[in-house]
Amino acid sequence: MLELNKENFEAEVLSSKGLVLVDFWSPKCVPCMELLPHVEELEGKFEQVKFCKLNILENRRLAIGQKVMGLPTIIIYRDGEKIVELSKDFTHEDLEAKLNEVTA
Amino acid sequence: MANSYDLIIIGAGPAGLAAGIYASRSKLNTLVIEKGVIGGQAATTEEMENYPGFYQGVTGPQLTEHMHEHAEHFGCKFVKDEVVDLDLAGYEKVIVTKNGRYTAKAVIIATGAEPRVLGVKGEKELKGKGVSYCATCDADFYEDLDVVVLGNGDAAIEEAIYLTRFAAKVSIIVIHDEGILDATKVIQERAFRNEKIEFIWNSTLEEIKGDGIVEAVAVKNIKTGEVTELETNGVFIFVGTVPKTEMLKGKVELDQRGYIPTSEIMETNVDGVYAVGDVRVKYLRQVVTAAADGAIAAVAAEKYLQEEENFKNEVLEKELATAVMFWSPFHQGSLDMVPMIEEFASRHSEKMDLVKIDTYRNQRIARRYDVQDIPAVLLFKGGEVVGRVAGDITPERLEKLATLA
Repeated sequence: MLELNKENFEAEVLSSKGLVLVDFWSPKCVPCMELLPHVEELEGKFEQVKFCKLNILENRRLAIGQKVMGLPTIIIYRDGEKIVELSKDFTHEDLEAKLNEVTA
Repeated sequence: MANSYDLIIIGAGPAGLAAGIYASRSKLNTLVIEKGVIGGQAATTEEMENYPGFYQGVTGPQLTEHMHEHAEHFGCKFVKDEVVDLDLAGYEKVIVTKNGRYTAKAVIIATGAEPRVLGVKGEKELKGKGVSYCATCDADFYEDLDVVVLGNGDAAIEEAIYLTRFAAKVSIIVIHDEGILDATKVIQERAFRNEKIEFIWNSTLEEIKGDGIVEAVAVKNIKTGEVTELETNGVFIFVGTVPKTEMLKGKVELDQRGYIPTSEIMETNVDGVYAVGDVRVKYLRQVVTAAADGAIAAVAAEKYLQEEENFKNEVLEKELATAVMFWSPFHQGSLDMVPMIEEFASRHSEKMDLVKIDTYRNQRIARRYDVQDIPAVLLFKGGEVVGRVAGDITPERLEKLATLA
């Protein structure tokens, strides 16, 4: 998974063509840590989606700029536009279903 | 069978983990099913200063991770899966999950509770957008920002204090009169001393406002009815918890609020099914009491399995008829009957065995066969009761019973 920060966020996400998934996480967020391996697993299944993660401890303002104020949150962008947003009570199965939807 | 266990524990919070430790250490083949985070609600609590022996330097996630390792050390197995259906009525309990099917001879329900949703306008829409129920998950977003906390119990005030490490200002909305909090004294004092905390008394949260992200809250004064708007970046809601028992409705007795009533040894109203931790009706919902519940239930379940196994082998699955005498060493009348019944059984030893059940130690089997008074003698054949003598037990009545064997 591509590690995002304020230097590359614009280029890799907002100006990027196609599907981009961003996993907003923090090492202090236990549910995020539980989710991360599942997201990594899904990365192998959906090759047409660019998988990225953003550590909010280091990039707080960037996350708030995307209106993310809670963890775990996963946003899928298409051509830089938000098309799916999952926050708080979602499972990796929910995420897989959404990925199937957007890649169909 | 690969998916068959002695004991299945549903939920891996402190209660489920402690039960797993005790059960697997007693060599019960034990499985813990957890759909989410190992550690339960405790894994989302940073501040943990009341677990005995750990007054400094342990967090909720650390403590529960130790418990997890501890259980695995004794051979307890874990699976990440979600229970979707259960059949608890029979001797063999069936648990259906999203990805499999399991059977067990005993089940411990440790599903816990979850933060209660307040149900005000904007709450659902702005969840994860400034509305939070977990300070440790989301506190980092609020560095130098303003937040509002709703609630005034231990959880609310402790989490508000935790938030002051990040936020510029924490406003706590309290429904009571000025100076009154439900939280414990020591926590109250700490909050009153904290310069970043401000209290809004006699008030409730009416609405959460914002366009895609929290911008303000409407606070209503319950005395005057006046509603004021307060700008804020985040709202943390701690107004109690609700038990996670939705799928247990109609399968295990629940109280009006959905909690599971249990006996002193964590038994539910269903044989072989126990409930531990926040999900049961209890006075204090803390990690230490959850762990205690888990230990008690695991020991009770172990004893249950042993008794049931014995009863099955010695009574239900015997070819020969079996006379089961219910007695108690504390009941003189039943004690006096023992020699007569032993003599009776030995006289008919070619067609029946005798098993004695101490109802002081095991009331469950007596209850199952509706034995209300002791002494009582029930005659079993082919796993069924074919005759019974209770109350006034005479040699004549016993002889009549023997003819049924």
